[in-house]
Amino acid sequence: MALLEAQGIVSGYGGMEILHGVSIKIEPGQIVTIIGPNGAGKSTLLKTIFGLLSVKSGRVTFNGTDITGWSPDRIVRLGMCFVPQTENVFPSLTVQENFEMGAFIRTDDYRARMEEVFALFPDLRARRHVKVGALSGGQRQMVAMGRALMLDPKLLLLDEPSAGLAPKMVELIFERIKDINRSGVAIVMVEQNAREALKFSDWGYVLAGGENRFEDTGPALLQNEEIGRLYLGG
Amino acid sequence: MLELTVYGIIYGSIIALGAIGLTLIYGILRFANFAHGDLMSVGAYIALFLISVLFPVLGVPQERFGGTSFGWPLILAMPISAGVTALIAIALDQMFYRPLRARRASPVIVAMASLGAAFIVRNLIYIFWGPDKISYFPGLYRPAWQLPFDIRIRPDELIIVILALSLVASVYLFLQKTKLGKAMRATADNPDLARVTGINTERVRLWTWGIGAGLAALAGIMYGVNAQLYPEMGWSFLLPLFAAAVLGTVGNPYGALIGGLVIGIVQRLSTEWLNPAYQPAVAFLVLIVVLLVRPQGIFGGRS
Repeated sequence: MALLEAQGIVSGYGGMEILHGVSIKIEPGQIVTIIGPNGAGKSTLLKTIFGLLSVKSGRVTFNGTDITGWSPDRIVRLGMCFVPQTENVFPSLTVQENFEMGAFIRTDDYRARMEEVFALFPDLRARRHVKVGALSGGQRQMVAMGRALMLDPKLLLLDEPSAGLAPKMVELIFERIKDINRSGVAIVMVEQNAREALKFSDWGYVLAGGENRFEDTGPALLQNEEIGRLYLGG
Repeated sequence: MLELTVYGIIYGSIIALGAIGLTLIYGILRFANFAHGDLMSVGAYIALFLISVLFPVLGVPQERFGGTSFGWPLILAMPISAGVTALIAIALDQMFYRPLRARRASPVIVAMASLGAAFIVRNLIYIFWGPDKISYFPGLYRPAWQLPFDIRIRPDELIIVILALSLVASVYLFLQKTKLGKAMRATADNPDLARVTGINTERVRLWTWGIGAGLAALAGIMYGVNAQLYPEMGWSFLLPLFAAAVLGTVGNPYGALIGGLVIGIVQRLSTEWLNPAYQPAVAFLVLIVVLLVRPQGIFGGRS
């Protein structure tokens, strides 16, 4: 059974329809990357799956539960977390406080989990009492992912995790994403650095104009000449 | 000078208590609450009702600790009034501000609604108590103590400073150490992310109103103990409250504390050279200078 399945999703902002019936599917433990030109509706898809935008038509099932139309705070409790592209940390809180907020809905002792998250992001451990606003862009991105991981989710949605980062940092972030995946978390991400991301993706979707265009394994999409020419910049 | 500084600290700690609520409400609900000063009046007048009407009927012991206003009536009136004022603020939120939030009204509209709420509250006070100045304990003789360096201070004032500063310290610990306090700071930082994280932001809002209004009520009562109650008292506090919040970086509760003390001391010190009637103008001057020189306030690192 698929971990997440979105079928025929129609959605958008206000009266403007951006997705005209998009479908994606992810199995437990996979990394799935969504690529496509600007305005294709990639971020819109993630936000709709996570309940930040309302589903006008279509169906979202997560881990066997129909979550169509659910609000984010209910979806979070089922084990799906979302890292927005921008403003994804609490800047005036410390690293540790950001992680504590990530665990807000947990009523059990989450200290062991916090140590696991720090183990995934060793650079953050020494800075745990530093305000996140004082960290670099790459470190903030790690705080944002760490916050989402505090709930021990089954699925992580990442909206352009490498946006605005220096090439060296992009590489590092991708390494961390692979580490997170190895710890058993399935990942759906939207990425501009499509070539790099597809290399380690189990499956890739190409969206354009709010519709599905192609789908295949990551490496197969990379080798497809038409996709290379149209969507990966030659 | 030293004596004026002491008076400034007394006055400033009252401003600080009010400004914490103002700045938290701005940070979390994203609008300037023009009714915040009037919440101070509400708190002060509820305490007056308890002390002068309800407690005598209930037979609460009336004696007070030598030379002060503090005795059972005031000690009981403070928490009760803070609680009732908190409930009134939450009720105002549910009636006026929540429907506006649901419609995603702009902050200016919500601020104007709060101005309306301020007028309603103030005029209700006029209707029930009239425009005259009233004391909690009329005719009470409160001798001042003569301290070294020619400082004269009444025991009441000393109690007020200690009380205000310990409240301020408790608020600090609450925000720093408790889960709810951290959630309040997180919501002030980024309400959308707070919601995505699973924080119940609507409940955080209720607590913000409750705590902000409760502190305002206590500040109003302390002012009433030290001076006299009149319906415009809270309104006249609004300018120093805003000056303190802006000085300490809007949204930052720790900044509001420092800002309150600074504004209080500056206002009182100014009476050394200026007619005391100009004190609100001094607060206004500080506000303008801060906005010109350092608009992000003393604690505003990022723009």
